[in-house]
Amino acid sequence: MKTNKLLLSLTSTLAALSMNAMAADAIKIGFLTTLSGPASAPGIDQSDAFKLALKVLGGKLGGLPAEMISVDDQFSPDAAKQGADRLLRRDKVDVLTGVIYSNVLLAVTPAAIANKTIVLSSNAGPASIAGKDCSPYFFSVSWQNDAPHEAGGKYMLDKGYKRVALIAPNYPAGKDAATGFKRFYKNELALEIYPKLGQLDFAAEIAQLRAANVDAIYYFLPGGMGVNFTKQYSASGLDPNIVRVFQGYDADQQMLTVGDLINGVVNTGQWSSDMDNAANKLFVTEFTKAYGRVPSTYASQAWDAAYLLDAAVRNIGGKIEDRDAFIAAIKEAKGFKSVRGDFRFARNHFPIQSQYARVVTKMPDGKYLNKLVGVVLKDHSDAYIDQCAMK
Amino acid sequence: MGTLLLEQTLNGLQFSVTLFLIAAGLTLVFGVMNFVNLAHGSLFMVGAYFAAWFAGMSGSFWIGLLCALPATALVGLVVEVLVLRRLYAKDHMVHVLATFALILIFNDLVRIVWGPLPLPLDLPSGLAGAIQLGPVPYSSFRLVIMLSGVLVGLLLWLLVTRTRMGMWVRAGANNREMAIAMGVNVKWLYTAVFTFGTVLSALAGVMLGPFVAVESGMGDGVLILAFVVVVIGGIGSVLGAAAGALIVGVVDTLGRTALPALLSAALPPTIATSLGSALGSMMIYLVMVVVLFWRPSGLFPANS
Amino acid sequence: MLTKKSQSALVWIVLFVALACFPWLATWAGQDFYIGVVIRIMIFAIVASSLNLILGYGGMVSFGHAAFFGLGAYAASIAVVHGANNVWLVWTLAAVVGGISALAVGFVATRTRGAYFIMITLAMGQLFYFLFVGLRQYGGDDGLRMPTRPALGFGLDIASESVFYAVVLIWTLLMHLLLARLVRSRFGLALEAVRENESRMGAIGYSTRQYRVIAFAVAGVMAGVAGALLAMHNQFVSPKMLHWSQSGTLMIMVALGGMGRLHGGFLGAAVFLLLEEVLSSYFSYWHIFVGAILLLVVMVSPDGLAGLGRLFKRKAATPVDEGHAP
Repeated sequence: MKTNKLLLSLTSTLAALSMNAMAADAIKIGFLTTLSGPASAPGIDQSDAFKLALKVLGGKLGGLPAEMISVDDQFSPDAAKQGADRLLRRDKVDVLTGVIYSNVLLAVTPAAIANKTIVLSSNAGPASIAGKDCSPYFFSVSWQNDAPHEAGGKYMLDKGYKRVALIAPNYPAGKDAATGFKRFYKNELALEIYPKLGQLDFAAEIAQLRAANVDAIYYFLPGGMGVNFTKQYSASGLDPNIVRVFQGYDADQQMLTVGDLINGVVNTGQWSSDMDNAANKLFVTEFTKAYGRVPSTYASQAWDAAYLLDAAVRNIGGKIEDRDAFIAAIKEAKGFKSVRGDFRFARNHFPIQSQYARVVTKMPDGKYLNKLVGVVLKDHSDAYIDQCAMK
Repeated sequence: MGTLLLEQTLNGLQFSVTLFLIAAGLTLVFGVMNFVNLAHGSLFMVGAYFAAWFAGMSGSFWIGLLCALPATALVGLVVEVLVLRRLYAKDHMVHVLATFALILIFNDLVRIVWGPLPLPLDLPSGLAGAIQLGPVPYSSFRLVIMLSGVLVGLLLWLLVTRTRMGMWVRAGANNREMAIAMGVNVKWLYTAVFTFGTVLSALAGVMLGPFVAVESGMGDGVLILAFVVVVIGGIGSVLGAAAGALIVGVVDTLGRTALPALLSAALPPTIATSLGSALGSMMIYLVMVVVLFWRPSGLFPANS
Repeated sequence: MLTKKSQSALVWIVLFVALACFPWLATWAGQDFYIGVVIRIMIFAIVASSLNLILGYGGMVSFGHAAFFGLGAYAASIAVVHGANNVWLVWTLAAVVGGISALAVGFVATRTRGAYFIMITLAMGQLFYFLFVGLRQYGGDDGLRMPTRPALGFGLDIASESVFYAVVLIWTLLMHLLLARLVRSRFGLALEAVRENESRMGAIGYSTRQYRVIAFAVAGVMAGVAGALLAMHNQFVSPKMLHWSQSGTLMIMVALGGMGRLHGGFLGAAVFLLLEEVLSSYFSYWHIFVGAILLLVVMVSPDGLAGLGRLFKRKAATPVDEGHAP
């Protein structure tokens, strides 16, 4: 009995080590995202969307039965690393996706790439991975971190606002947002404010805005900070004609909480729930039916991740064990109908896509919709491509 | 420039009063029962959640407020009776661990009950706008917050110095055994004080709810602020909490507004911005470290 | 019958042998992922034990201990990023950084008592946290990658997991021995006496503050080395490692395991991390369980899980042993 077991484990180990492993009969997706703690709302959105996409696709991606293994990264790069290790080594996933936050992504990507596992980012897109650290095993189906800010800058430039204020938290990501914004808004800013992370009270900042007589404000205040600022801004009696612009993914979430207060506020992003294409219509209908809420940008990215994999796996006839072919199929994205419309990858494996302006609009039924109002940056690729050595 | 100065002074003051409101419940529990209550932030959060829930159901902020206070008080009472009262006699380590456990529990509990997204809590309709204070438009609700903070301060001071209950409280704080010997029912006194402290924390949560995101973990940042205020001012005294709130409020507002300007006048711009921003986040912690190094028991401790 | 001391030594020898054999067992069973889990447990065992020194033995409720852990990790990562390729140098650097920062924090904090002490340690921890969040050149909030593990020498490849496991195991053993020697020495006994009755110790001529500050510094050195090991394990460090919530987690570990008990840190780290590993796969609200368990432990057995044994023994003992007076 014991020798049989030993023989069995020996032979299976040998088999696994052999170069041409058996053809895969299923595809394993490691879904590493933030499911606990205060920062979990985007992660839960993505998890919901991905699960739904798998269900709509009949539990299969490209004909292969798909197994989704969820792991909570607890918003901690250290915990995420262990969770990722579990997915890579114990569960032996083929694709790692679902990561929301840049610090988590940066912590887990190197090990995944070393393990020849494909990382399909459904949200975070740090500059280093778009540029000098680009890798064939990494794909982003979402956006590069600077994109919404670049779009915000271009929007303000196009609209001709003269006195513009910029608000971003005082840490490198905030500074990056400012850099992205200024890359396209070439005029001098009337005011730049950098509140501290997690700041509660914005009265002093609002006073500065009032004194600077601005006609437009671009702000990047992720999570709770954004809600705090919005609530206090609206109560402060600032000129209602001041134009506010921020990011689409935040707008989608804030609409559910402080919709009234951001009615009419412009936000930028690569997708909108009212986009007119078949894939998006299916997505929005199914999501609303399943979860009773309009999907967010985060959800759209997770849905697209599933459908992209579906197309790629189908194109290689299910032979995902041939990693190079799998990568080429993802890169080509043939037959992939994104909820954003047409989709293609740049050579650094980040999307080339348009950035749109959307406006939070109150609908007759009292709910809010982020309405598409125009293109800001057409077929836009990121600023870090030149630093990437891939062809 | 003059209007900006006026507005910022008002803001500094307003922030100070807000801080006092946040810290009031903590200083009471701390001072009377010598109990390190890390769950203070969680009770703040529960107060805000109840307010959002009741206000959402009834459509009125004031009903939300009126219902949230007793609801949170009940939660505080249950926690005190079931868990905390066994721990008063033990040392601070145990208090810290037990109340830290409560933070973990409450943060997940509110997510289970109300979901991961922030709850909407709107300003009361009459007070949603701004009124003119001379040249400066000022948020009416902020003035109401200031008013509540001042009222709470007066109430606490009156309670502690002028009433029988207050006398018991001070007796209990100064000498527990003596108080027991004199016939004060210390066990129920502590329960009453803790529940009252809970109501104060909840009140702060309800009043701030319309201005901040009502979400899981919202109490954590507030907790730290409250502790900084109480510790700088001196544990156990209402005057201490007021002093601490004033210092933190003014320093923080100055740090965000005047400091960057001051630094750029003296240093090259790149260094000024990075130094200014780095200092901004650390400001109140630096102040606390400096104050405690100079006065290890805070500025106006109750039991000196 | 074995004496208590050799009983305890036997337990440790068995444990050490079990840990040493574990990687082979895991690989044979095809579960080599768990080698990484045990490495992490051992690293946290070291830092939890270092906190146990000041919290359990020293009676000082430090809410900023994660800072020394994180500082050690950053010292190691920054050194490697700047070209350091000698693990001995990196470990020394991490130990020194951890020790000196702990000395500074301890010196300032020990001027205060009670709740003030708790707050000042928290504040100083947060100062370090915000420092690293703001440091763009070392990643800021995004964290810093350690591109390769610094070399060990002796022809051993530290990038190999089994070698790294052995390294961490040896460090864990060494740190445990250090702690054991320290707490049984005159220094350790004096430290505990200072915890029990500071005024008395002061009255009989002990410089109580000195004992506290030295304990802090030693704990800082241990935490710094543990931090360097975690940075090498993950090949990544982020400011989250210095946040007060991480300090809270460390405190939970010590409380669970047993404050002031020699294996409290080890036991607590193992139990907590295993709970986390198991619970988080099933339940996204697992923090509630951790909180509930912590509450239970604090209320029922203030000496943590290590003290449970004693609790049962006491309850099982017949009244004759106690020698009650009627």
